[in-house]
Amino acid sequence: MTLTKTTLGALAASTLLAGGAAAQTDLSLWYHGAGNEVESNILNGIIADFNAAQSDWSVSVESFPQQSYNDSVVASALAGNLPCILDVDGPVMPNWAWAGYLQPLPISEDAIEGHLESTIGRWDGEIYGVGLWDAAVALYTRDSTLEALGLRRPTLEEPWTKDEFMAALDAAKATGDYDYPLDLGTAWTGEWYPYAYSPFLQSFGGDIVDRSTYDTAEGALNGDAAIAFGEWWQSLFAEGYAPGTSQDPADRDTGFIEGKYAFSWNGNWAAATTLEGVDDVIFLPAPDFGNGPIIGAGSWQFGVSSACEHPEGAAAFVEHALQDKYLAAFSDGIGLIPGTKDAAQMTEKYAEGGPLAVFFDLSAEQSLVRPVSPGYVVAAKVFEKALSDIANGADVADTLDAAVDEIDDDIETNQGYGH
Amino acid sequence: MALVTSDNHGLRLAARYATLSLVALIFLFPLVFMVVSSLKPDQQLLADTSSIRAFLPVGDISLDNYVKAFERAPIGRFMANSVFVTVTTVLMSILLCSLAAFSFVFLDWTGRGALLSVIVATLIIPFETIAVPLLLLVSKLPWIGLEGLETGWLNTYRVQIIPWIADALTIFLFVQFFKDLPRELIEAARVEGASWLTIYRRIVMPLSGPVVATAAILKSLTMYNNQYLWPLIVVQDEAHRPVMVGLGYFFQLQIAWGEVMAYLTLISVPVIAFYLVLQRAFISSIASTGVKG
Repeated sequence: MTLTKTTLGALAASTLLAGGAAAQTDLSLWYHGAGNEVESNILNGIIADFNAAQSDWSVSVESFPQQSYNDSVVASALAGNLPCILDVDGPVMPNWAWAGYLQPLPISEDAIEGHLESTIGRWDGEIYGVGLWDAAVALYTRDSTLEALGLRRPTLEEPWTKDEFMAALDAAKATGDYDYPLDLGTAWTGEWYPYAYSPFLQSFGGDIVDRSTYDTAEGALNGDAAIAFGEWWQSLFAEGYAPGTSQDPADRDTGFIEGKYAFSWNGNWAAATTLEGVDDVIFLPAPDFGNGPIIGAGSWQFGVSSACEHPEGAAAFVEHALQDKYLAAFSDGIGLIPGTKDAAQMTEKYAEGGPLAVFFDLSAEQSLVRPVSPGYVVAAKVFEKALSDIANGADVADTLDAAVDEIDDDIETNQGYGH
Repeated sequence: MALVTSDNHGLRLAARYATLSLVALIFLFPLVFMVVSSLKPDQQLLADTSSIRAFLPVGDISLDNYVKAFERAPIGRFMANSVFVTVTTVLMSILLCSLAAFSFVFLDWTGRGALLSVIVATLIIPFETIAVPLLLLVSKLPWIGLEGLETGWLNTYRVQIIPWIADALTIFLFVQFFKDLPRELIEAARVEGASWLTIYRRIVMPLSGPVVATAAILKSLTMYNNQYLWPLIVVQDEAHRPVMVGLGYFFQLQIAWGEVMAYLTLISVPVIAFYLVLQRAFISSIASTGVKG
């Protein structure tokens, strides 16, 4: 009898425990950070906190290598196997929303108040994703280089003009102390090209596509401003200002630190390493080529997949993850720019007076997101090829015309991508 | 005169060995670079690439990259997955493809020539063209497992094994080899009353060591080294990922090249060991079939 009572008691207790555990509805999350231990640990901490802080939802994460993440998601969408919460790169988000992989994220405007605008993924009047951080690009140089070359230190309010920028390169070239005056990072391929170089085009007055309609690249990518940009771009390589597309990746990683280049166009993710190797490194704003100084923007965001049956649960998780302490933890851990000013003040490097604080200001003041269009994923590849060809000596006008044709064909094939 | 001839012979021999050594070195250089680089810190690795030091274990040598590589990715799991998928696929492939080839060569049935032509013709179809239809198919296929009837093969070992068992190249290799076997042996066995299955098991396969070795090596290289796109799209959980997808763990914004080299060295070990075990049979098969891997 005692045994029966004990057994029944144990059964009742286990049922209650199981019932308690089952009350949390499972939400799967896919993330692009496999192999990055620091990033994974922070995310796992956020998830553990969220799961413990409430009883409705339980998030479980599956991490993927970043380089193959998008392919895995697209394949899973085809196979009808998407998770609930998706990590999505900012410029890719409109394509996934348009393709039906994402549904709007039911998050309140209050929850994203004070966040860098570039961390909010908007498409078709709806919020589809929110990011915890952004990235920014700056012109790296040494304080001693500016002094030696007798150059004015540009500021956010008064960046270098095109003439000042080219004069700086000429001055560096004339010293004969450098392999090249400027490192643009052409050894990196893929999304780096549109992210890092299309802001030059936009500062000249062109763009990858016409943002007023998003139904053509005509005029934007092959108009007078774009051709002026293309000729300038080509001259950087033809006249020995920058290493071409065959730049040694090792030089990209360490060339500036070793003194091979006077200036380097690089992202904030490389700043910590550079600070360790160069005592007097400074980060300058983008030059103004005529239409304002511009840098790229938009990084990874959390969104809700169309297959998710509990978007409110996904939104609850995203709101939880957007707390300043987590933004600061990510920033301290992986070096990216926290999404809010308050979070920046909690970090070691982005707080006011910190060594990387300038990147937060650059992101807030100079950033322009890449074209917000489902067609961007194709246009980006076309743009990359065109710039690579021009760097290698292709005719500027012909190359840009061909790029416009290719982008326009794709837009037409996809019936305007819903614009 | 005899002395002169001997000198000439010695010179020719020396020249031949010098040439062969040079060729061997050319093929060995990438492997040496990989192993040596896996022992160096990144900054030294990159600095050494412009000199002969890239191939020498000099400077700050340690196993740190291996320790970090194991911390970054579940390497043991990835290697176990790849070895399991490879070994299972190779064994089943040799069995099924040799049976198919046996039927094409020794059994008399209508349309075998045409069907073999169609199978061989599939060699020209790149996998990328059928990847999406195959993905849609396997995502809906049923399976009866320990938990009863399931739908969908995604995130399993079977989805990495079954679509790769039968392939045109392996069938073609067996067909070519079987055609050269002495017909008299088969006919004598038939006269003695042996069944086709007995002939396959007792006569044909025991004589097919070289082609089995060739098929095993080619298939295992394909399964171990080239399995990237397919597992990428059908396997989303880490527990079933193979080594090639795992390589992506090492390509972060700042690539840790030393760890990449350490990972590549580790995952190369099973392939090199497998080749060394079967190399005599492989060379013999190349000599007899004229197939180049």
